[in-house]
Amino acid sequence: MIGVLLLALVGVWLVVNFVQGPSRFLSVVIIGLTNGSVYALIALGYTLVYGILQLINFAHGDVFALGGLLSTTLILDLFEVDSSSATASVALAIGGCLLVAVAFAAVLNTTVELVGYRRLRNAPRLAPLITAVGMSFILQNVGLYFWGPEYTVVDPLISNDPAFSIGEVEVQWDNLLVILLTIPLLLGLTWLVTSTKQGKAMRATSQDRMASAMVGINVNRTISFTFALAGGLAGAAGLIYVLQFTTIRFDQGFQLGLIAFTAAVLGGIGNLAGAVAGALLIGFVEAFNEGLSWLSPGSDWTRSIVFAILIAVLVFRPEGILGERTPEGA
Amino acid sequence: MSEQLATLKSRWAEQPEVVRRYALPAGAIVLAVLYPFYVDLLPGFPVTSIAVVMLVFTMMALGLNIVVGYAGLLDLGYVAFYAAGAYIAAWLASLHFEDISFHFGAVGVADDAPGIHISVWLVLIIAGLFTTVVGILIGLPTLRLRGDYLAIVTLGFGEIIPQFVRNADEAGIGFDLTHGTFGINPIDSIGFGETLGAVGLPDVYRTSSSRAELFYWTALALLLFTVFCSIRLRDSRLGRAWIAIREDETAAAAMGVPLMRTKTWSYAMGAFFGGIAGAFYAVYKSGAFPADFYFQFSVFLLCMVILGGMGSVWGVIVGALILSWLDRAGLAELGKEFGDLVGREIDVPKYAFGIYGGIIVVMMLVRPTGLIPESRHKIEMEEGVHDTPLYDVQHEGPGTGRIRGDG
Repeated sequence: MIGVLLLALVGVWLVVNFVQGPSRFLSVVIIGLTNGSVYALIALGYTLVYGILQLINFAHGDVFALGGLLSTTLILDLFEVDSSSATASVALAIGGCLLVAVAFAAVLNTTVELVGYRRLRNAPRLAPLITAVGMSFILQNVGLYFWGPEYTVVDPLISNDPAFSIGEVEVQWDNLLVILLTIPLLLGLTWLVTSTKQGKAMRATSQDRMASAMVGINVNRTISFTFALAGGLAGAAGLIYVLQFTTIRFDQGFQLGLIAFTAAVLGGIGNLAGAVAGALLIGFVEAFNEGLSWLSPGSDWTRSIVFAILIAVLVFRPEGILGERTPEGA
Repeated sequence: MSEQLATLKSRWAEQPEVVRRYALPAGAIVLAVLYPFYVDLLPGFPVTSIAVVMLVFTMMALGLNIVVGYAGLLDLGYVAFYAAGAYIAAWLASLHFEDISFHFGAVGVADDAPGIHISVWLVLIIAGLFTTVVGILIGLPTLRLRGDYLAIVTLGFGEIIPQFVRNADEAGIGFDLTHGTFGINPIDSIGFGETLGAVGLPDVYRTSSSRAELFYWTALALLLFTVFCSIRLRDSRLGRAWIAIREDETAAAAMGVPLMRTKTWSYAMGAFFGGIAGAFYAVYKSGAFPADFYFQFSVFLLCMVILGGMGSVWGVIVGALILSWLDRAGLAELGKEFGDLVGREIDVPKYAFGIYGGIIVVMMLVRPTGLIPESRHKIEMEEGVHDTPLYDVQHEGPGTGRIRGDG
């Protein structure tokens, strides 16, 4: 009841904002879509790992940050491209970065699982969770050691000229590219999980680890593969984040990771489509809160709002908007 | 050598029960009380003013231990209680609310000073009770959730409350509640006032020449109170219910332990000590600053509990003393020595949280029961526990897997 009332209020607030400035509203929507795409890639990692191990991998956000930081180094020192470089060399650099960042983050995430979580698989559930927090801090400090405490800045490689416009609203190249890079990744992932043998093994393992082992699925390898997949997505997200925002710092992964985790919970943890839906929703919430002019709380309150949503979802509808009831809720 | 040890052991066993039970704690207390007098003789030991902070952190760790160690509820937002306690002290014993002038037993403050000035002793109690209420309010809706979900929700509160105090000023909410990022200072000092001062008790701590020592003994008294409560709580009916829930929630519920009420109590008790410690620390620092309340601090406290041994009071004290010493002085000192050793300057304190993270991971992998394990917890870790939820049964069967690509 209160929830419906709140949603109605939010609806009214959105409508008033739309009437006051339709073009501003629509450009905020596009920002929300872009941010949401990046969150979706990270949120999928949380959901994949949670699905298979019932573990919140706190270190996931930091894998994302390290992927992004590595991308900055590649862009600055290996490919040496900047905003004046030719389109072909920029495209080559982005392709190269994507490969390296994805591979690096996949290996990193698998290593974290191998070193940290594998031995604790049969320990009380608190043990791997606490280890994950510790891992997160270690990875953060790895980033701090190699990239320093300041923001690493790259040149905007993708121009923010309008690619096309809808009415007065311009869709910029950099926003478009983020969405264009994200969609194939999501489609590929869906295909992988639903249609391949490895995907089938993942789903079987997430249902019943022991039964999967009995029918001949290599459980350890499947779990490693899941971590590699999640890490790869985080690495791609890191590169895309750097392309979009041009700066990244060692401790941003943790914050963004928490936001992405909220998205995963919002959509129903363990549910891939839910993670994407939740991420887009969170992206919109953030963009509306920071971008709209009428009665919006502003960026000082973004984190509070996101976490308030998280708490509300967990308390009132722990299965998320697309998920089904899990034992954690009830 | 071993012969001597054996004789010592047998002689120890011959001692009466009272001696065996109380000799070690009593000795430790005496050593602790006299610490300010002999610290100068021990090179490398932290000076008294740092020892105060160590004691306060130890008190917080013991509070967290009630939640994490006894009841097995992972709380990643303990810093929220520290913040709540600190701001209670800042509101009730400072010049912050200029429009009000209310004095009650405050020491070291001019009679006509604006703001609320309540005796800090009372403020400590109020802070404890207030954070208890905060703990219950946070706990009631969230404690229904299990393990890792609870951790996330507490983490959420641990992020919201600091952001709230950072933003709750004139520009943020239209009323200057917390003075934004600047924080509130100065906070009134603790003390016994002129009447009791006449009989030899210290009048006002902050202006006293032996300021650090006075704060040290007060912190020690608070810590001893916390230790006493921790031990008595552990052995009480409530404490046994906590441990039962930690070991096997389903079995505990079947034996008639009321889950919600028992968990909420653990949260409330943990919050109580966090609040007192937070208020005392704010008084000691003479200010409540939002920059102090960050997520890493919650993990820092958690690290103390894990290092010492979840649920083990003596373990947590040792873990907390080691880590808070590292945090305040040790890392800088050790870092300097390490730098000399490898012939390169390394800013070790910069990587403090990486080191704490490393400690957490290594402890969980190598010695999950901590340095001084609690015997019962050790059995749990070695033999495993049944952590299957009560309502899992109705979800078994095909099609309940957690990864679904088609959803």
